[in-house]
Amino acid sequence: MGLASLQQDGFLTTRLDDVINWARKNSLWPMPMGISCCAIEMMATASPRFDISRFGSEVMLFTPRQCDVMIVAGTVTYKMAKVVRKIYDQMPDPKWVISMGACASSGGMFRSYSVVQGIDQFMPVDVYIAGCPPRPENLLNGLIQLQKKVEQDRTIGNLLNRERIFIPENPQQERVPT
Amino acid sequence: MSMNERILEKLRSSFPESIESENMFRNDLTAQIRKSDILRVCRFLCDDAELAFDMIIDLVGTDMYRPSARFEIVYNLYSLKNKCYARLKVAVDENEAAVDSVTSVWEGADWHEREAYDMIGVKFTGHPDHRRMYMPEEFEYHPLRKDFPLMGVPDSIPLPRK
Repeated sequence: MGLASLQQDGFLTTRLDDVINWARKNSLWPMPMGISCCAIEMMATASPRFDISRFGSEVMLFTPRQCDVMIVAGTVTYKMAKVVRKIYDQMPDPKWVISMGACASSGGMFRSYSVVQGIDQFMPVDVYIAGCPPRPENLLNGLIQLQKKVEQDRTIGNLLNRERIFIPENPQQERVPT
Repeated sequence: MSMNERILEKLRSSFPESIESENMFRNDLTAQIRKSDILRVCRFLCDDAELAFDMIIDLVGTDMYRPSARFEIVYNLYSLKNKCYARLKVAVDENEAAVDSVTSVWEGADWHEREAYDMIGVKFTGHPDHRRMYMPEEFEYHPLRKDFPLMGVPDSIPLPRK
């Protein structure tokens, strides 16, 4: 019916949320946070065989300011946690996080003093992917799950009730030591 | 005369007091060196024209977890000229956990010493860049000590705020 009115009258009626979410979910540009072996599978996902561009996510840039979803692929140590968080903070809203693999989700087999036991201790996570490392199909499944989540976002409502932008109280404290 | 015996003989004649004990196992020479003399012994082994131990393969710290001389620093040396290895050991007490740095002899010892300092907590006096190797600089503990818990000390490394 919608398409018929589009053909006839040149317009259609829909919800603004649906239009925005439809655009967002089909162009989720990933920030490839490849820290260890999961990154190899992430690269394979971008290759023609698995072809992440079928889902509009082929633009893998290493510039956080142009990204929508951060794929944390690998073991996050306490030292690296500051860097991951800093890059996450540089991404513009709206932003999502995929925690790829056992290490990022729970520390995995690295039950030790130096590895953060799950990145959800210091940043929000939208989708967890199991596997060590997960196969590319699994990452694509995670991306589809995220698309379903983005689809249900209350975008306009969130925009109107937007909270204050996060500003660290003491910027020096958040600084990554060189 | 084997190379190992030759090394021992030269060491004994130059540093009669420094060698605390020696051990030969399957043609592998290990010499326990007095802590105060390690830099002189290393300098001698490197500069001697015949022995020419011009390469440091590895330098590691170990926690023996015993009442006296708790730590041990192990120097694995290699002579490219003679194609032979030698191992030196220095016992370090916990109360004065510091050894002379051998970076002035072999520059390659730089990062090895930093690692030993980071993991075991033995200081290397005279090291040009005495920072931690792996752990954050503000971390107070030394993870490879036997009394360090596997999962670390809670809240010892700050995480970014959520």
